Amino acid sequence: MDKIPILRMGRFLLVTIQVDLYDRLALTLEADLIQAVQKHNARGVLIDISAVSIVDSFMGRIIGNIASMSKILDAETVVVGMQPAVAITLIELGLPLKGVHTALDMEKGMDLLRSMMDTTDNDEDEDAIADDFITE
Amino acid sequence: MILSLSKDTVTVAQEQDVVFLKNRVKEVAVRIKMGLVNQTRLITAASELVRNMMRYANGGKCLIEVVSSGRNNGVRLTFSDSGPGIPDITAAMRDGFSTGKSLGLGLPGTKRLVNEFDIKSKVGEGTIVTIIKWANG
Ligand SMILES: Nc1ncnc2c1ncn2[C@@H]1O[C@H](COP(=O)(O)OP(=O)(O)O)[C@@H](O)[C@H]1O
Ligand SMILES: [Mg+2]
Repeated sequence: MDKIPILRMGRFLLVTIQVDLYDRLALTLEADLIQAVQKHNARGVLIDISAVSIVDSFMGRIIGNIASMSKILDAETVVVGMQPAVAITLIELGLPLKGVHTALDMEKGMDLLRSMMDTTDNDEDEDAIADDFITE
Repeated sequence: MILSLSKDTVTVAQEQDVVFLKNRVKEVAVRIKMGLVNQTRLITAASELVRNMMRYANGGKCLIEVVSSGRNNGVRLTFSDSGPGIPDITAAMRDGFSTGKSLGLGLPGTKRLVNEFDIKSKVGEGTIVTIIKWANG
């Protein structure tokens, strides 16, 4: 069975979705990501969807689930590279994507995550706070 | 008056058929030079309706047509199934209404994404949802 690889960079997890996900693959990714957040005590999840041309309510819900479950485990989720047509469609569909941050590309997503991280956290291995704070 | 210029029926029974259907819809939309945002709206709508058909009615079929009205060309999709039907369409069309423990955005969201939306359903007989997206609509 296919799987989407999850990369780890420090305390961030990176996922690049290369194809339009079919349901089973999306559900597997959801489960794998949550498990990986827990296992690595991750503080951030970056999901690159720049290659995804369709996000329907099912996919949207999975992204939302990943974000809310990660949040419980103290990790923020940033969706990276959403195509403008997809963003417009999601709004019209009525999908709120609560708790999901967005960024234009991986680098900006990374900056956003760093800026959101609690600087008083002693476990912190990221010292610099990005000065170019990205708002959604 | 809306004329049908081409017809193609796709039977949907399993997940591969869903992918095939979305690809066919995309091809047709590209053929009539539908813009990218409208293509995305149309395929997303198709994705919602085909999902409902699979989930609530164990599959069904989709008629894909190129239609024209005056100068406007569009894609008409007719999803029909012989599933349980929808007892209360008004409720089903409401944002957040779901008997499947999901978001309840498929039907109302689809209506917002397309230019024409029609739903007919009879309990014990099945459901037919018809949508049209105009190329420049
Ligand atoms: N083809 C269908 N056959 C039977 N019931 C359907 C069908 N499509 C939709 N429904 C009913 O309408 C409700 C709303 O559908 P939808 O707006 O897509 O939300 P969701 O799929 O998230 O429940 C469903 O929960 C289901 O009860
Ligand atoms: Mg649905």
